[in-house]
Amino acid sequence: MMDWIIQPWPWYVSGLLIALIMCSLLFFGKSFGFSSNLRTLCAMCGADKIAPFFNFKWKEQSWNLFFLVGAGIGGYIGATFLSPEGYTVAISEETIADLAVLGFAQPNGYAPSHHFGLEALGNLKSLVILVIGGLLIGFGTRYAGGCTSGHAISGISNLQPASLLAVVGFFIGGLLMTHVLFPIIY
Amino acid sequence: MKNIKFLIVGTLFGIIMFKSEAASWYRIQEMFRFQAFHMYGIIGLAVAIGIPVVAIIKAKQLKDYSGQKIVFKSKSWSIPRYLIGGTIFGLGWALSGACPGPIVVNMGVGYLGYAVVLVSAVLGTLLYGVIRDKLPH
Repeated sequence: MMDWIIQPWPWYVSGLLIALIMCSLLFFGKSFGFSSNLRTLCAMCGADKIAPFFNFKWKEQSWNLFFLVGAGIGGYIGATFLSPEGYTVAISEETIADLAVLGFAQPNGYAPSHHFGLEALGNLKSLVILVIGGLLIGFGTRYAGGCTSGHAISGISNLQPASLLAVVGFFIGGLLMTHVLFPIIY
Repeated sequence: MKNIKFLIVGTLFGIIMFKSEAASWYRIQEMFRFQAFHMYGIIGLAVAIGIPVVAIIKAKQLKDYSGQKIVFKSKSWSIPRYLIGGTIFGLGWALSGACPGPIVVNMGVGYLGYAVVLVSAVLGTLLYGVIRDKLPH
């Protein structure tokens, strides 16, 4: 049993469990949508003085900040206690080859630490990538009214046409970045 | 503390995101290159379960734990909003290798660069809030 937990989880276990997360939030009278937290954080920091968009009862959304903190704790627990020794994400050989062409080293760990670890903070190019990536995510999710959890999971489960269009947009952007912009950036 | 349950559900979410590798930059690259079924399987199955669950909740008018009817707020249709907003988010998703939940999961894993992504994501949302009247919705 423990060995089964320590190994990476197959897609069918993961997909089922993510659906259960959505169901448990519905049971608790909430909806599954992570990016709303970004707006709540703005409002918490007094952004209602800058723009009326942040003038809402953010305290009613504080439950989602607990969910956010939990997500960080969960990442820590998974990496620290529930991973095999020397764990590296096993992606396909084709992806490894494509990434090598762009100059990425053989996968090691969960993400390339050169770009996402502490050392990225001392590298101007990596730092710019982190900042721009965040700006695009924060701006885009709020413009689109949701992210992967709110649109791709919750919205499509509700058969909402707007969410389907948002997911089409997610893929237009993702494919453009991966296939057109990555070769320029890296 | 009524919010403790959300801390617990959030923690389970973080563990699931980590163990499924859906929060891994490598998996996101693999997904946008269509080189594995993994991510499509995860999202596809979650939706395949979610659709009948939501349909049943609506049909049976099920209530939540406190006895309130579970309601789904539908978003009104707009092409520019979802297409442009979605595309901007997609650019950021591929560049960072993480959507908002996994940004925080990765911070817990120990990739501290994602703290910069989180702060700038908050600033990105702030920017949207400031200029939203000038954007097509």
